[in-house]
Amino acid sequence: MSKKVILACLALAAVAVAVPFYLEGFWLQAGLFAMSAAIGAIGINLLTGATGQLSMGHAFFLAVGAYAYVYFSSEPEGGAHALGGLGLPTPLAALLAVVAAGAAGGLFSPIAGRLKGAYLGIATLALIFVGQHVLFNAEPVTGGYNGRPVPPMELFGLVFADTPELVIAQVPFGALERLWFLGLVLLTGAALFARGVLRGRPGRAMNTIRDHEIAAGVMGVPVARYRAGVFVLSSMYAGLAGVLVALVFQRTVPDYFGLLLSLDYLAMIIIGGLGSVAGAVIGAFFISMLPQVLSRYSDALPLVAEPGSGGVSPAEAARILYGAAVVVIVLFLPGGLFGLARRAGLALRGRATPAAPARQTPLSPSPAPSPDPRN
Amino acid sequence: MITFLELLVNGISVGAVYALIALGFVIIFKATEVVNFAHASLLLVGGFVVAKLHPSIGFWAALALGVTVAAAVGALIEFLIIRRANVTSHSVLAIVTIGVDIVLVTELTRRIGTDVLALGDPWRDRVLHLGEVSVAQTRVVALGVAAALITAFLLAFKYTNWGIAMRATAEDSETAALMGVRRGRVSMGAWAVAGALAAVAALFLCVFPTPGLDRSTTFAAMKAFPAAILGGLDSTTGALAGGLIIGVTEAMMSGYQNDLAFLGRGIGDVAPFLVMIVVLLIRPAGLFGTRELARV
Repeated sequence: MSKKVILACLALAAVAVAVPFYLEGFWLQAGLFAMSAAIGAIGINLLTGATGQLSMGHAFFLAVGAYAYVYFSSEPEGGAHALGGLGLPTPLAALLAVVAAGAAGGLFSPIAGRLKGAYLGIATLALIFVGQHVLFNAEPVTGGYNGRPVPPMELFGLVFADTPELVIAQVPFGALERLWFLGLVLLTGAALFARGVLRGRPGRAMNTIRDHEIAAGVMGVPVARYRAGVFVLSSMYAGLAGVLVALVFQRTVPDYFGLLLSLDYLAMIIIGGLGSVAGAVIGAFFISMLPQVLSRYSDALPLVAEPGSGGVSPAEAARILYGAAVVVIVLFLPGGLFGLARRAGLALRGRATPAAPARQTPLSPSPAPSPDPRN
Repeated sequence: MITFLELLVNGISVGAVYALIALGFVIIFKATEVVNFAHASLLLVGGFVVAKLHPSIGFWAALALGVTVAAAVGALIEFLIIRRANVTSHSVLAIVTIGVDIVLVTELTRRIGTDVLALGDPWRDRVLHLGEVSVAQTRVVALGVAAALITAFLLAFKYTNWGIAMRATAEDSETAALMGVRRGRVSMGAWAVAGALAAVAALFLCVFPTPGLDRSTTFAAMKAFPAAILGGLDSTTGALAGGLIIGVTEAMMSGYQNDLAFLGRGIGDVAPFLVMIVVLLIRPAGLFGTRELARV
């Protein structure tokens, strides 16, 4: 890793740590949703971007993660609407929730291992509909239509909730501020792990399966096992994202985990850039911030009306915008936003430092090699 | 027994409508190898045009216009987007259709709002009595129209030049192009036909006993996806069989819901997807789909 990259990472980390001291709750919440979306998007990018397997069922695994966390960590409640629960310590419950999402992915592996590409996309539609059915009907576990409250996470004596009060550097640290750091840690861990997977042996195998299944099989990659394995891994990422989203929402409701959420995730990885961790993160922030930004500034924007006034509401405007963005990006920017950023970076570097390009070989005839147009 | 017969007739009729949708889906897949997730939105376009125009220009003219508009939208999607998307991976093309779907569905559901739009069909809520079995007239018409359209389509597929060009493209698109088949025209035609079929299906998905066109109509249309895939994505016979299986299963599960209370409420809506999973577990390529073999 070059010095510049390390510096950039440090700067990014410093900004991320400073954010809760300066921004208000609205942006923190939006940022937390974006972080959880980023974790989920990294997972589905491993599956769809790197391995070429389409999944419409990502929201289902988010739901498994969120509800499993609630079920494992809640104390059982009696009364007319009895709710089950195991009352485990919250970190253990979160871990088990991720495992549960992975197990749910594993149960689907007879299908996930054998079907490829868009076929799998339709098959996973089933997960969404079956999942919604279960969420609405299995009331003792899920709380049915009204959902269930989420117990706050408790880690090493620190409770991720508004009480007890905590003030750091004259900034009151409520649930959002505390969760912000948890989200940062989780996202960093998830991103580094996925980067390791993609750069190592499994990543090569996954890309080969995507590019040429038969060639992969001939070279000794167990195709079905890899497909099933990546499906499980991506479900676990979704499960983690589900836990985080439940902690931020403080209540799980079945409606949220519908088909639209799955479509959001697919849009994220296309817009950000298929097959890379950074692309997933960029896309996730773009898609989850867009409706928030639009609704925040709806009165200042033309064409966007207040919710409920009959015009195009911010949420709808955001959906139309990113639906169109998906189409435009596939047509004109195959690398997504991440690819665009990388190309812009290359172009800038090529112009700014013609004298000392880092990778120039002594034999290279031209002093300023033009950036490769294919990247 | 009478309940059973009524459910069976209803199921077959709904199944025929699903088969119409699934057929369009399969045609697109055969001609362009795109899994078209925007199919539900084509259906919504057709239904919406009929619902909005029938008070002013009459039902039949509105229906004709709805079918035309849906076909035109399908052809436009092919012409403007699918043809120009220079990607090799079919998953990415499928995601592009998802993008199209998001745009169309968001805009149309916004226009529909919370309304339930009537389609102004001439059959209304009349019921046909055959002995002791009573069936809604719309259901009978749906069955007849779907059967006629499907027969017409299969005949055209077999005997007309267009059908031969389409089958040749599906078999081997490069050789077909070398033989003088205009690939662009074939795939645009496929999208247009699929759009038209979807618009007709929209009509029958929204008439009695369904209250009308509302924002949940896309979800009803989604049930045609399992119909297409359980029959086999590249098989027209499969689309028909899949549609009927899905329709009958759904009707039976909803009809006997009270006996199936342990499965939860609304099991009928989930049944198509459960059937699909079971079939895929046994035959990953679907009932009639060709198992993919490759020479290296």
